[in-house]
This record gives sequence, structure tokens and C-alpha cells, in this order.
Amino acid sequence: MDPITLRLPHTVQRPQELTSYGPTTRTTQPIVTGTSVVAFKYKDGIIMAADCLGSYGSLARFRNEKRLTQVGEKTLLGVSGDISDYQYLQHKLEDMITHEYDMDDGQSLGTKSVYKYLSNIMYGRRNKFDPLWNAYVVGGIDNGEKVLGFVDMYATTYSSDTIATGFGSHLAQPILRRRVEGRTEQITEEEALEILDECMRVLFYRDCRTFNKLRRAKVTAQGVEISEPYSLETNWDFAEDIVGYGA
Amino acid sequence: MFRNQYDNDASTWSPQGRIFQVEYASEAVKQGTAVVGLRSKDHVVLTAVKRSPNELASYMKKIIRIDDHMGIAVAGLTSDARVLSNYLRTEAMRSKMVYGRPLPIGRAVNAIGDKAQTNTQEYGRRPYGVGLLVIGFDDSGPHLYEFSPSGIVSEYYGYSIGARSQSARTNLERNFASFEDMSLKELIVQGLRSLRDTIQQGKQLDNMNTSIGFVGKDAKMTILDGEDTQEYLDLLNEGEAMDTE
Repeated sequence: MDPITLRLPHTVQRPQELTSYGPTTRTTQPIVTGTSVVAFKYKDGIIMAADCLGSYGSLARFRNEKRLTQVGEKTLLGVSGDISDYQYLQHKLEDMITHEYDMDDGQSLGTKSVYKYLSNIMYGRRNKFDPLWNAYVVGGIDNGEKVLGFVDMYATTYSSDTIATGFGSHLAQPILRRRVEGRTEQITEEEALEILDECMRVLFYRDCRTFNKLRRAKVTAQGVEISEPYSLETNWDFAEDIVGYGA
Repeated sequence: MFRNQYDNDASTWSPQGRIFQVEYASEAVKQGTAVVGLRSKDHVVLTAVKRSPNELASYMKKIIRIDDHMGIAVAGLTSDARVLSNYLRTEAMRSKMVYGRPLPIGRAVNAIGDKAQTNTQEYGRRPYGVGLLVIGFDDSGPHLYEFSPSGIVSEYYGYSIGARSQSARTNLERNFASFEDMSLKELIVQGLRSLRDTIQQGKQLDNMNTSIGFVGKDAKMTILDGEDTQEYLDLLNEGEAMDTE
């Protein structure tokens, strides 16, 4: 004889703890995304760049996203990946900075602390199998020391003189290897800006989720400075010679 | 029949505006042996006299390390001090894990201050029966704080709590202006000198009953006991010999 099976009426809520029921609530794919962030150390501090695009799949949906932000006094945060996860994280970081301010004892959170806190959040979320779908670059000056670190959705962390996320790690990183590594202390701000523009131009030419409106930012002993959006000079003459791809 | 109607718990005021349970707790601090704390521009030092319950027993621990940058000295109920030091150690570890930085001393002391205050306000609780001197070194330099059962937290250049601590405070008040530029060694000897004023008649500081703790710019929190204190006790006695010459 068949065992009696009990069926719940469809209006009865199933226990939430049983994750094998009900809709998936974790992020399974990023929705509105930002592409590469490029950053490196130079003589006076840290420099970083990212464009202003929030892509919706392949659609250039939001064309005025700010993907570089200041955290605390001397820390800069660059983000690629899901924009809404980034907005959530921004609120958390604001809470953290506000809490620190409320202590009112003249102490503040340095870049290393921001980086550590951020890494812990990312690691906590990935252990819940509900990661924040981002790759972050944290840069700043902590007690006179230049700090530049990376953390992504798997909570992989590393620090380096040069960092590029996403497509940038394929297209910009080789340029940074050649032009920056081993000589960070010799690079003036002028040269740093030129290197940054070269990286962003290559990315604009070859990464289809990028956009010719971008910001750059720097952290020096004076503090954080984020530029207004600007565009790069480009030259599409070569396009005439492209043959194939249905052209 | 009733001597005092208003001292049954910490949440009852007397008509004179006093909370007796809190005052009693503050008395408990004075039952413990004295501890002295003092600060220079680079270091903070604790000195303490230890007591043993009887001749066969060991001496009770007076100075507890919280972290590499922080320590406390205890006067009063040791068991309450252990509760507080456990809490401080947990908080210090949390700060390291979450933010990768040592817990700022002022915040640590205010955190236990808030715990103590809650105990004086909520029905069914009792105040801590212990006073602490908290020393530490953080981004804003060396610090010396006093924690008391009432929840009051104050910062000092030099201070003392515990039995006969008034004598040590008098000594500190006379000399505190010179602490600022002292070396660690001088500061420890000065700490012992103040501590000695609290010793009861017929007893003296020796390497069994003396405890020294310090932390500073290039020194992790260190506690000296037993033979390790002899060097400083000798310096103390030498200094005394010179004074009398």
C-alpha cells in the first residue's frame, strides 16, 4: 500500500530555513555591471581610473555611474561588477565610517582597516554562498605607507603595485607590468596620468562593455581627489581597413 | 530595626540622593592591595603589591595582559576583574580580526565603563567590586585610565587605587611634572617609590610581592614578576641610599 503523503495547501508558507524550497534568493548573476578598474602606485601615492558606464547586459543602460569613491579620509575604492551589490556595500562602509566618527576620539580608520573590513565582508558572503558580485580595488595612504589591494567575489585578496580588474587584467595589466612595475617611485603624476590614459584607451578600443566617459582619482598625502568625467582622444581610422566580421 | 532601608539593591536611591550599593562597591576597591600607574611621553607603567592568602599559598595575580598593546592592574574582587579582562581580550581580538588594528585604549575602557554603569541601573544586578588601572599604547600614544565600579572612567598622568593608595597619590602629585621625559627604567622606579608608600608598617617590597607591568612606543605589554623585579627594587633602594647620604 502506498504511504500516505500529506500535501500542504498552496497558501501555506514553507519554512524559510529549508532552502531546497522556494525561489532562489542569492545573486546568481550580476545585472547592472561596471567593467574594469585600473590602479597603480606612483611617486606621490595611488592613482586609479574607471569609466562611468553601468551596463545592462550588452546594453549601455546607465551612462553616469560613479565607480570610484572615497572612504574615510585617505582611502579610495574602485568597483567593478554588480552595481546594486556595490550600492549595498557603500551603505555598509558609510555605517562603518559614521560609527568611527561617533566614537569622537580623534582616531580614524586607515586604508588597511578599510581593506581588511571589506575583505571580511566579501569572505563572509562567499561562505554563505551568497557573494557580492564584485571585484574591488582599495587604495590609499596609511601612516605614510602606500596601500593598494584587491578583493573579489570569492574573497581572493592580494596587494600589488599595480592592479586591474576584469578585462583590465588581460588588457591593461601587461601595460602596467611594462611601464610601472619596479619603478613606482620614479613615476611623476604627469607620467602616471599618461599611463592611465593609455590603459583606458586600449580598454575602450577592445572591451565592448566600456564607454568613453571616465573618471580618474588619486590619493596623495593631501587626501583623495576624484576627477570630473572626461573623454579620451581616439582614432578610428583603422576601422576602414577591417575586413570580415560581416563588415 | 533596619539600619538602612536604601541599600538593598543598586537601583534604589536614598532620600539624600545616594546609591549605597555603588558606594559599597567602591569600598571593595579599597580592600584590595594598591596598584600604581604612571605615564611618560613614550611609556606607561603599572606597579602592584601582591597579596597571598596564607604563607603556603602563591601570590595573587595583580597585572593582566590584555593584548600586545594593553594591560590592566586589579584592585578589589579578582573574580570580577577576570570577567572584565576576558571581555577586553575578546574585544581586542575582535578589533584585530575585523579591522586589523589594535583596539584604541579609550574605547576599550569606555566599553567596560558602560558595562559597569548598566549594572548600577538595572534591577537585579550588582556593581562590579573591582577597580582597574588600564594602560595601553595606541595611535594617540600612551594612556593610563582608571575604571571604577560606578562606571566612571578617567584618564591620568599618574594614579593609584587600592588600600592606602592615598599615600601613593600624594607622592605622584608631588612628582608628576617630571614624569613626561623619564626613561622607562626611571618611570618604573618612580612607580615603585610611590607604591612603597602604600605598604603597611613592618612590611616591605620584595621580589615575591612586587609586580611590574609596562607598555610603550617600542615595548609590547610586558609583566615582570619574581626575580625579574629585583633589578628595579635594587635601583629603588640605591636611590634611597643616595637620598639619605
